[in-house]
Amino acid sequence: MTNHTLLVEDLVAGYGDRQVLEGIDLELLPGKVTAIVGANASGKSTLLRAMSRLLTPSKGRVLLDGKAVHQTPTKQLARTLGLLPQSPLAPEGITVADLIGRGRHPHHGVFSRWSKQDDEAVAAAMEATRTVDLADRPVDELSGGQRQRVWIAMALAQGTDILLLDEPTTFLDISHQVEVLDLLTDLNRARGTTIVMVLHDLNLAARYADRLVAISSGRLCVSGAPSEVLNEVTVKTLFGMECRIIADPLSGRPHMLPIGRHHRGE
Amino acid sequence: MTAGSSPSTAGSSFTAADGSASPTATLARPLAEDLSASRRRRVSRRAALIALLVVLLCLVFALTLMLGQSFVPPGDVWRVLLGDDVPGVSFTVGRLRLPRAVLSVLAGCSFGFGGAAYQTLLRNPLASPDIIGISYGASAAAVVGIVFFSLGGAAVSTVAIGVSLGVALLIYLLSYRGGASGTRLILVGIGVAALLESVIAYSLSEAGEWNMQEAMRWLAGSVNGASWGRIMPVLYALPVFGAVLLSRSRDLEALRMGDDAAAALGVRVAPTRVTVLIAATGLVAFATAAAGPISFVAFLAGPLAARIVGRNGSLLLPAALVGALLVLVADYCGQFLLPSRYPVGVITGALGAPYLIYLIVRSNRGGGTW
Amino acid sequence: MNSTTTGSKPEFGAPIRRPERLRTAWLGAVLVALVALCFASVTIGVRQVGWGDVQAAFGGATATIGQAAIAKRIPRTVMALVAGAALGVAGAVMQGVTRNPLADPGILGVNSGAALAVVLGMAWFNIALSYTYVWTAIVGAALTALFVYAIGSLGPGGATPMKLALAGTATSVALASFINAVVLGRNDIAGGVRAWMIGGVGGITFDRILLVLPFIVLGLGICLLAARPLNSLALGEELATGLGENVAMARALSSLGAVTLCGAVTAVCGPIGFVGLAVPHACRLLVGVDHRWLIPFSALAGACLVIGADVVGRVVARPSELDVGIITAFVGAPVFIWIARRRKVKEL
Repeated sequence: MTNHTLLVEDLVAGYGDRQVLEGIDLELLPGKVTAIVGANASGKSTLLRAMSRLLTPSKGRVLLDGKAVHQTPTKQLARTLGLLPQSPLAPEGITVADLIGRGRHPHHGVFSRWSKQDDEAVAAAMEATRTVDLADRPVDELSGGQRQRVWIAMALAQGTDILLLDEPTTFLDISHQVEVLDLLTDLNRARGTTIVMVLHDLNLAARYADRLVAISSGRLCVSGAPSEVLNEVTVKTLFGMECRIIADPLSGRPHMLPIGRHHRGE
Repeated sequence: MTAGSSPSTAGSSFTAADGSASPTATLARPLAEDLSASRRRRVSRRAALIALLVVLLCLVFALTLMLGQSFVPPGDVWRVLLGDDVPGVSFTVGRLRLPRAVLSVLAGCSFGFGGAAYQTLLRNPLASPDIIGISYGASAAAVVGIVFFSLGGAAVSTVAIGVSLGVALLIYLLSYRGGASGTRLILVGIGVAALLESVIAYSLSEAGEWNMQEAMRWLAGSVNGASWGRIMPVLYALPVFGAVLLSRSRDLEALRMGDDAAAALGVRVAPTRVTVLIAATGLVAFATAAAGPISFVAFLAGPLAARIVGRNGSLLLPAALVGALLVLVADYCGQFLLPSRYPVGVITGALGAPYLIYLIVRSNRGGGTW
Repeated sequence: MNSTTTGSKPEFGAPIRRPERLRTAWLGAVLVALVALCFASVTIGVRQVGWGDVQAAFGGATATIGQAAIAKRIPRTVMALVAGAALGVAGAVMQGVTRNPLADPGILGVNSGAALAVVLGMAWFNIALSYTYVWTAIVGAALTALFVYAIGSLGPGGATPMKLALAGTATSVALASFINAVVLGRNDIAGGVRAWMIGGVGGITFDRILLVLPFIVLGLGICLLAARPLNSLALGEELATGLGENVAMARALSSLGAVTLCGAVTAVCGPIGFVGLAVPHACRLLVGVDHRWLIPFSALAGACLVIGADVVGRVVARPSELDVGIITAFVGAPVFIWIARRRKVKEL
């Protein structure tokens, strides 16, 4: 269990003149899985990008262990805080083992050599993500699900205690979505890695996260345990849609059923 | 806002990590050794291939000193290189062939280096400086200088270097909009290239007969009449800018995965991009000033080098070697193997064009990444 | 009509429909501008000519130097008008067919294709200025456009602006180096090729205009016919098929029209870049994206641009002249950069 703290204070950020986040305060729980949910263009990804200093906020701060991430030297930060962007590019012709090895970048300087520790970190990441058999395959030949596992392996090889993921399940079919989320859960349990991810699917988020953070038009709508957050009122606020919440028979977590115009009655 | 309690989720069947928190889990050890062995194999294979390229370059360099209108035995070449005065040979080798070969190597290295840096940074083999307008800055400046101001020699070089750095900066600034994007940089480069092309066309239309020939020769790219005076600036520029690029080669490799992924790995994206652009532009500008825009060397060297050493490591050094080889060989062909003499740029242009087209087809099929 | 989520952005940010009255007003304004520019083109030049000579020259007199100068400016103005109209239409149609805001005969490498064809014709087949010459250029242009579009649309995402622009530029560079290789070995044709490459509307005579006029008329006719299918194509290939459009046919026909137009113009005037890029964009802002309006409007505006560029070229560099192609590049390249800057990265 790690105890790095990540604290977001009055965060205002956007792209160019367009302001997306309008003042967000948030404390992330160490060693837990947090899912950020919300409608399209509500600022979920922007929040994640600002937390990982891909985006410089116009106001407010993000504090990692009390130090502002935007002032921390980048490599030092990258040893504690990892990020898997939404659509990283697989360089042509690179093999899986080599790509995963790229995760060791923050541990190297200009002249440092590859070490035994690096090999061990890569090996452990490959074991954990079951990508050992893919080691010598070119990344551009892999299927979507395999590729996502490889990217996660790369983030693991980075060896960070906090891992941020931007929609790690997009473009994957449902079985691979579950596989990726299972993998992240394993990681959280085995290594105590703090996981923060943006998820599209409310039900998967409720099932896998210890904590949901709901964002609505650039502001924090509500946050807390899924059982506290996921209810008819929240869904109405986030998506402007009626729904009914039932208990997921498998996990006991809340499960959202959307109500369309044709299914209002009993 | 309260912290969520974590009710246990059912059915996690994970075996591999075994609850061990350390990355140096005992289970991973044999795999780590395998990985390390295969990495060592790859690294030594790459080193061997690069060494091979170096040997080949030395060999071709020596051959171009020996062969030509007349054959000079290796012994005589060696003595000239050591500074001895060998009657009948010193002039041919020392004054004609040696500067020409040295300029070929230096210009080829610079183009290959700079081209591969651009291609890697912009993640597109087509985004080499000779296609997206960086070299056009040097060309336009040189032609305007030759035609309207009757400049020659060092003055043309100085203007060409200054202007092409300025043009690169302009392209970068124009493509900057809340963060620079590689795609936009390529497109802006194409637009600026078109503008500069019309400047060149206008200058040529205004040129007198003599200036015209001078300008055309310059535009074709040629190592004809190489002198030590022309060589010196490149000789100084190559190690300086080359070292800057090599020191950034790891960050450059990380950038191939996209700006976000690289930033997540601790690469400072914007400073890296600016440093690489300045160094690569500097290399191309100095080489262009000395030898003209030898077509396609900057563009061809990277992909050819990738063919030879593979794409798992940085391409900068192999591309520089391949660039030097290309210019040496093409210049020899242009001088002696064809019915009439052509400047080296025409040869690399004609050789490069079909390969360029092949590459567009291939890289577009692969989704444009490289 | 809303912007759909089918991946087809109906058009480039311009409104779909302008009020009828506004459109008619703009049409009037452009027509007035065109007449004014034609008048300016005849009266303004390197040599200043008095009003009396202008009137006399229109009556056919060539007695004084002034009258003779005017008599030479008339075919030149006509050529600029025809070339501008053709290029404007070709650009509008190409942007419609490729659904790509950066499509332009110059960017797509069509000019270089025409140039290489003509150079090869000069070097190996001794063609002279005749119908063959125009044909050769059109064939070269068509082959290049087809080639560039084919390789630009390979791979995921289809013909994105960046892929198309890069494919076109790279092909141009490649073709230029072929031209270089051919010309450098042949001193006998170097002068002719250079004169052609610099081009412009300067020395145009009426018989040369008559030479290309049939091709231009044909091309314009085809493009006007293609207006309605292009409106469907703007919705994306799948939707257009769903609406009952024969997509392949519509594409082939409109491309043929566009390529005929720019090939013919390039054959007599040499490469004139960026008219086809800048004009349709300006026109969309004025009359909206309906191709039935956009195409004729682009013809008028294109004519205005080229005539205007020709006049400016005569004035700014007195006593010599700047070629129209250079002026249009200076107008058009900034437009190109502006478009590239304006769009979001993902759309490129």
